[in-house]
Amino acid sequence: MKILVCISHVPDTTSKINFTANDSEFDTNGVQFVINPNDEFGLTRAIWFQEQQGASVTVINVGGPETEPTLRKALAIGANEAIRINATPTDGFYVAQQLAEVIKTGGYDLIIAGKESLDYNGGMVPGMIAGLLGYNFLNSCVELAVDGTTVKAAREIDGGKEIVSTSLPLIIGGQKGLVEEKDLRIPNMRGIMTARTKALTVLEPISAATETKAVHFEKPAPKSAVKLVSADNLDELINLLHNEAKVI
Amino acid sequence: MSILLYAESAEGKFKKVALELASYAKKVADSIGTTVTALTVNATDVSELSKYGVDKVIKVNDSKLSGFSAKAYSNIIEQAAKKEGSKLVLLSSSTDSLYLAPLVSVSLQAGFASNVIGLPVSTSPFQVKRTAFSNKAFNITEINTDVKVISLSKNSYGVVENASTLKEEDFNPSLADSDFGIKIESVEKSSGKVTIADADIVVSAGRGLKGPENWGMIEELASVLGAATACSKPVSDLGWRPHGEHVGQTGKPVATNLYIAIGISGAIQHIAGINSSKVKLVINTDPEAPFFKVANYGVVGDAFEVVPKLIEKLKVFKAQG
Repeated sequence: MKILVCISHVPDTTSKINFTANDSEFDTNGVQFVINPNDEFGLTRAIWFQEQQGASVTVINVGGPETEPTLRKALAIGANEAIRINATPTDGFYVAQQLAEVIKTGGYDLIIAGKESLDYNGGMVPGMIAGLLGYNFLNSCVELAVDGTTVKAAREIDGGKEIVSTSLPLIIGGQKGLVEEKDLRIPNMRGIMTARTKALTVLEPISAATETKAVHFEKPAPKSAVKLVSADNLDELINLLHNEAKVI
Repeated sequence: MSILLYAESAEGKFKKVALELASYAKKVADSIGTTVTALTVNATDVSELSKYGVDKVIKVNDSKLSGFSAKAYSNIIEQAAKKEGSKLVLLSSSTDSLYLAPLVSVSLQAGFASNVIGLPVSTSPFQVKRTAFSNKAFNITEINTDVKVISLSKNSYGVVENASTLKEEDFNPSLADSDFGIKIESVEKSSGKVTIADADIVVSAGRGLKGPENWGMIEELASVLGAATACSKPVSDLGWRPHGEHVGQTGKPVATNLYIAIGISGAIQHIAGINSSKVKLVINTDPEAPFFKVANYGVVGDAFEVVPKLIEKLKVFKAQG
C-alpha cells in the first residue's frame, strides 16, 4: 500500500499571531513552526501501517524551502520519503490541485490529510482533492483499518461516531482518534540522523488557478476585563447572565 | 439567481443551524435584491422555513438518503444550484456540511470560504470575514469565482424571524451508485443527551474536579440549564470522561452562547477550541488561572461549594420562569 500524508507547516499553538505588510500577511518573525496537529495524528497512523502492514509512507507539503525542517521532522518520525512542491500555498484550491496531480501520477492508494490546518482553518483541501480525483472520501476520520483494498473506518458525528466501510483508493481528513496523543512520536537521535539521508524531492508546481484570496487580517479587539462575582453572591451572577449577557 | 441554502434536518426536523442559515440568507438576499431558495432532504414539514424569509423550498425525499453520504448530498446541492442558477450557496458549519462543502465547491467550480462570521463585508467584490488561526485572528477573504460557496459559523448571525410566503416544489435529482462509495455500517450515538454541536450552553469541567466520581454535579448543572457536558483534554486523557466530550484544539470546537468552565485552568490549546463562544463563565479556586483573562464572568471559589449552590439558585430562577 502506497500512502501519501499531506503535511501542513503551521505555527505552534503558543505562537503570538501578528500580521505584516499592512495586515495582509502573517508575520513569521520569531514563530516556531510544527507539523499541523491533525496531520500528525494521520502521520502516526501511517507509520503504524508501515510497521505492521509493510506500507510505504511519503509525506508531502506545498511550500517554500523554509518548510523543509517540518518535512525532515516527518522523515525523522519514520516516513520513507518526502516531496515538497515548491510554491506558495495561495489558497486551498491551488494546494488541492497540486496534490491531486502528484497523487494521480504517483498512484497512491491512501491519502491522509488533516481535517483542517491550524493556521487558516480552511478545512477544504482533503475534500477538494477527492472532488478533483473522484476518490472515496471520509472526513473527520477517527478510526482507520485497511485489509487489502477493503477499509473499515469511523467518522466523528455530532454526539457520537459512524462506522463505515469503503475501499481504496481513499482520501481521509484525519484528526485525533486515528491515534491518541500518547501514541505520537518524538523523533529520536537515530531517526533524526536517518532523516538526513532520506530522499526529499522538490517538484515545481503545475499551473493552477486560485479561487480565493486572503486580502486582510485583523486581530480581535481587546476584551474588557472579567467581571468577578463573589461566591457568596450567586444571585448577582444569575442576574448578569440573564439580564446583561442574555444567555440564560 | 436566487441564493441557495442547504437546510439540514435530523429525523425530519430542521436543525437550529438551518434556521440561522435561512435568516442569514434572507438578509443577504435583501441586500443584493434576490430571493432565497432552500433545499431540504427528507424533511417532514418544511413550512417552518416560511418564518425565516425563505421564498421557495425544493424538497428531496428519497429513502436512499436516510443516512448521510457527502458525495450524494453534494451532488444534490450541485444539481439544485444549477437548476436554480444560484450564484451563492450557503452551508452551515455542522460536521456534515463541512464534510460536503469542498465537494460542492469543486463540482460547481466555486470558491469556498469556511468559518464565515457575519454578513459579507462587500458583495462586489465578494468579501467575507472569517475566523482563522484558531480564533486568534480574523481574515477577510475575497472569492473571485462566478459561483460562491460559504459556510457560516454557528451562532455568528442568530435566528431572526421574517415571515414569507413559501412556494414548495418536489425535486428528483439523479443519483449514481458511485455516490454511495462510503457505506454506513452502524452508528454509535449516546441518545437523549444534548450534543456539544447543538447546545446553546456547554458546561465543561477539568482536573479541578479531582476525579470522575465528582461529575454528578456537572451533569446536574447541565441538566438544569439544558446544556451539553464537555471536558478538558487531561480529563479525557485520564479516561475520566469519554473522548467525545474533549473540547479544545485537538478535540471538538465549541461555538456556543454560554461556555461554563469549571476547574479548568485555561491552557492556550483549550482556549483556542472554545474562544468563539459568545460568553464565557469561569469558576476556579485559583484567581491567577489564565482562563480569567479570556472570561466575561468569573467566580473565584471552590467548585465543590459554588456549583451545588449555583444549581439550587438556578432551579429557583428557572421555576420563576
